Amino acid sequence: MSWASWSDFFAMGGYAVYVWGSYAVTAGLILAEVIMLGIRKRAAKARLAAGRGAGMP
Amino acid sequence: MSQPSLVVGNVNWFKYASPQSFYPLAGAMIPWFAWAAAALCAAGLYVGFFVAPTDHQQGESYRIIFIHVPAAWMSMFLYLVMAFWAGVGLVFNTRLSHMMASALAPTGALFTFLALWTGSLWGKPTWGTWWVWDARLTSELILLFLYFGFMALKAAIDDPRRADRAGAVLALVGVVNIPIIYYSVEWWNTLHQGASVSLTRAPTMAATMLTGMLLMALAAWMYSIAASLHRVRSVILERERGADWLRAL
Repeated sequence: MSWASWSDFFAMGGYAVYVWGSYAVTAGLILAEVIMLGIRKRAAKARLAAGRGAGMP
Repeated sequence: MSQPSLVVGNVNWFKYASPQSFYPLAGAMIPWFAWAAAALCAAGLYVGFFVAPTDHQQGESYRIIFIHVPAAWMSMFLYLVMAFWAGVGLVFNTRLSHMMASALAPTGALFTFLALWTGSLWGKPTWGTWWVWDARLTSELILLFLYFGFMALKAAIDDPRRADRAGAVLALVGVVNIPIIYYSVEWWNTLHQGASVSLTRAPTMAATMLTGMLLMALAAWMYSIAASLHRVRSVILERERGADWLRAL
């Protein structure tokens, strides 16, 4: 274990901007992709249901 | 018209080449890969932040490696898988293969961007610069443009069958960039370090660092499978709208 305390952990030995900047953007973009996957799926299903209601393929 | 068949081990594998059979199969597989990704990511982060020691040269900045290397590996690997399915679609004229290629591209582009982003944030403290036009960085940037080009080209052609073929040709031509990225650190003088992990040599890093990196790489792999399977289901719904089985769904 390299950390004496949580503040030590968050400071990342003076590299906090670089380390947390990497992890935060990665987490944010993966979360964004998961949300977009859900939106696309719902839109596709809605279009399918709308087409079915109108008797259209 | 008779279905083509490829029977290996009593299973007709072409059965799953039809979107109708693949749709529920993919749906059943997604939770397994998603949970595997979450568990591997949790284990990888724990090892990466609480077990792996401080690097004696780079201090804590090296901990970017646990995202950077898995993202860079996935960016190249997903391109190869995407080009493979595009090539299969081109040769066998299977719709689902082209759909799979389409579904892989956004996730591949995401990991390519993350490899560049984390590389930049790692380059600043270690090299003193955010960016340099050297072979490794430039060829990885070209990979990002190849993903964008593939997606834009397919989106720009209205006829889906033509879009599939045009996209497949672009994806296959772009494969030439992958060995260029991989070997760039050997072929040219570059700021980027050589491979830390290779199949032919012992790794040049502490065992716990390597463990954390491999766990994160497996997590990224499982996540990519889950995300691509989820997206390919949406692509199937979008493109097979007129099919009878979907109207019954």
